[in-house]
Amino acid sequence: MIAIIDYGAGNIFSVKNALDHLGVESKLTDKKEDLIAADEIILPGVGAFPWAMNMLKNSGLVDTIKEQAKVKPFLGICLGMQLLFEKSFEFEECDGLGLIMGRVDKITDPGLVIPHMGWNKLEYNKEVPIFKGLGNDEYVYFVHSYKAFCESEDNLYAYSEYGSKVPAVVGDNGFVYGCQFHPEKSGETGLKILRNFAELV
Amino acid sequence: MLAKRIIPCLDVRDGKVVKGVNFEGIKEVGDPVECACEYNKQGADEIVFYDITASHEGRGVMLDVVRNTAKKVFVPLTVGGGIKTVDDIRETLRAGADKVSVNSQAVQNPQLIKDGADIFGSQCICVGVDAKAIGENKWTVFINGGRIDMKMDLIDWVKKCEQLGAGEICLNSIDTDGVRGGFDLPMLKAVVDAVKIPVIASGGAGKLGDFAEAFLETDCSAALAASLFHFHELTVGQVKEDCRSKGIIVR
Repeated sequence: MIAIIDYGAGNIFSVKNALDHLGVESKLTDKKEDLIAADEIILPGVGAFPWAMNMLKNSGLVDTIKEQAKVKPFLGICLGMQLLFEKSFEFEECDGLGLIMGRVDKITDPGLVIPHMGWNKLEYNKEVPIFKGLGNDEYVYFVHSYKAFCESEDNLYAYSEYGSKVPAVVGDNGFVYGCQFHPEKSGETGLKILRNFAELV
Repeated sequence: MLAKRIIPCLDVRDGKVVKGVNFEGIKEVGDPVECACEYNKQGADEIVFYDITASHEGRGVMLDVVRNTAKKVFVPLTVGGGIKTVDDIRETLRAGADKVSVNSQAVQNPQLIKDGADIFGSQCICVGVDAKAIGENKWTVFINGGRIDMKMDLIDWVKKCEQLGAGEICLNSIDTDGVRGGFDLPMLKAVVDAVKIPVIASGGAGKLGDFAEAFLETDCSAALAASLFHFHELTVGQVKEDCRSKGIIVR
């Protein structure tokens, strides 16, 4: 069973719809015991970083998330991916979960339409299991105005080009994965990535 | 590189897809969930449902359409029409929409854009704008499906939308809508130059080359059409193939 963390952020139903479609059992939850009992965990999220981090703190789940991400596959989506990093500078400096080294900051390349909204191509930086079965011409759906800056290339699994490199898939080389794009809104490509994630256990 | 988006739009009334010309002469043409699934197969980058139902019952039906589509179609879904309050936005997003499109309601109450963006994020607030030329490089904003001239300058309005937190502008030209002679390129250019947020071209697509023309002549992010796709004159796939052959990046 995959636990989808429900801390008041949007798009959780879309993630559940996609997992239902794939025949993968999942549960929306804000309870520690569900995260502990789950085989895998997904942290979705839409909105602002400080707000989301506050909601997570208020739900009392931060420590449980940090512990569980060391022992079972964990996927952060969009803002959920950004929360994996150490710090964000969205509105104000704010600490994240610190599961991946690096920070989150505004996309500043001049002349770009912001938000980075739409389908962009995945460029692979590393071979990891969640890319199983993907080709060289895969597009995924992004919508964000802030992006991650990984401290180490080692944590960057795939990126897309938008002015400069935008981290698309990141990870800690262990159980933790993050997608800046929305796999649940990225058609067949996104469904494949979610299926691969589900099959990590 | 970010791909240019091709977006089919489904005008829905009481749970049925309909299509009119120049906002008039409406006829019923199909089931919205089935249509959305078909567009998804063709490679649509997003799907827009535009609710032209006036009644309260119709709104409920529309939310069911979104709910059922969101279980089968895994690309972004936008719902426009009849969204007046923050609660309407919440209800629509909860039903499975990724974005809402606000139009007349935003003109009459611009705070709706700000409140929506503050609560749900700019990414889900698309402002639909209907405009008409009143002189060279001068356009005015209309509301109520093109019936009421607000005598409001288009460029001032789209800039204001951006400031209030809109994540995207869907620009519909009343002059070219339903005429099928191509998108309104001068209007499109003016709006793309005025804002930093993505702009969707709408109104006027009548043949294959019209989409590529909009992407080659302006920096718009996406192009939207309804009847052209709906009456099977063109598929989304054909449009993308034409764009690709002209060097435009599409998914």
